[in-house]
Amino acid sequence: MGRVFVVNLVRFIVLIAAQVVLFKNMGYYNLASPFPYILIVFLLPIGTPNFILYVLSFLTGLTVDAFYDSIGLHASACTALALFRIFFHNITLDVDVKNSFETPALGNMGTKWYLPYIAIGTFVHHLVLFHMEYFSLSNYANTAMTILFSSIFTILLIILISILIYKRKSRLLSN
Amino acid sequence: MKNLWLFLVRYNAFFWFILFFVASVLLVVRHNRFQRSIFINSSNVLVGSIYDHLNSWKSYLSLEETNKSLASENARLRQQLQTLLLQDGVDSIAISDSIDFDRYRFTVAEVVNNSVHQKSNFITLNKGTNDGVEKGLGVITSTGVVGIVLNVSPHFSTVQSLLHPDTRISVALDSTNVFGSLVWGNNIDPQFATIKDIPNHVVTKKGDKVVTSGFSLFPKDIEVGRVSETDISSGGSFLDIQIKLRTDFSNLHHVYIVKDLYEEEKNELEDMTEDNDG
Repeated sequence: MGRVFVVNLVRFIVLIAAQVVLFKNMGYYNLASPFPYILIVFLLPIGTPNFILYVLSFLTGLTVDAFYDSIGLHASACTALALFRIFFHNITLDVDVKNSFETPALGNMGTKWYLPYIAIGTFVHHLVLFHMEYFSLSNYANTAMTILFSSIFTILLIILISILIYKRKSRLLSN
Repeated sequence: MKNLWLFLVRYNAFFWFILFFVASVLLVVRHNRFQRSIFINSSNVLVGSIYDHLNSWKSYLSLEETNKSLASENARLRQQLQTLLLQDGVDSIAISDSIDFDRYRFTVAEVVNNSVHQKSNFITLNKGTNDGVEKGLGVITSTGVVGIVLNVSPHFSTVQSLLHPDTRISVALDSTNVFGSLVWGNNIDPQFATIKDIPNHVVTKKGDKVVTSGFSLFPKDIEVGRVSETDISSGGSFLDIQIKLRTDFSNLHHVYIVKDLYEEEKNELEDMTEDNDG
């Protein structure tokens, strides 16, 4: 239990630092900017209670907001991501896995589960994030393009990070 | 009660989501200038267009009165024009006024929403930034002063009516040229307003004309109303005077937005004076 806490805390610090130092300066004009820090929310232990999950996602978003000077933007997007996460876990995981308190990482879950998890989750997060940022439906083509390209960028980066920290463990899922 | 609790527990993910999401959206709108301005503007456009539709129906009801007042204004303007055209002889030309001819630009706007029964009353007009309306311009009608433009969106503007506790307009008594500030104060009657800061020694009579002083946004000598009650002591060395407003705020249809073309120049000059003081 203590180990889980430390691992998540270290992951939080490293990813936030990477986000504000490195990824904040990356991007293709205003069209695609990556936010791989959301991996923090993706990789929280599976059995985290809903309320704790929301608080942690909200605080993660708020921390990034503090560095981006956009109070509330990332917090709202991360809250939406938490909702997606709960929904996705509910429909894809068995009861015993749901109570296992494992990290839903690539090594544990396998590519077939992990890829849609990351892809759809990132898309949901970016959908909310950029709608909140533009906050209007005028010039919608631009908003949609930004969401699409940023999602692709973020997903690529997250997969890259996942492969780098890949550790094959006992598979939680049979397939 | 138990069922309700079970319902909340069963869908707790969703309810927590609503709670946290609303909290973060509130943060966004409260603290980020950009989102706030869009939030206010878009609601303005929405609300404004609703009022616009409503008004297009309502305006039929008062068509006759509007026609009458426009016709009477027309007649008066025609008369003025006539007197100007008929003037011959050099000595009757008022030279002192000629500098003011180009000083103000008037934009006609239609009132799409109005209130007189609130503590703070606002008016919505159907002209916005697209028609050159800016924050802080004065608004008048053919019968007097209406208020000051408070917020502007591309198609609409809101006016802080004279019937608002924060509105102060510089006015003068026509007979003596003493000036004070016109406020609605704590009145509840939209027909009356109060002039504050008139020195104690000034003698006023009932029925004295009150006009704009020309110190602030409004052109000089627009009749605002007539004195209805004098000698209301405010306790200090100043008098309060109650006046009956000439504008019927409950029946506003067409107003003029006044832009003082020299205002920037005037303010710059006045700022300079203050700088020298300090």
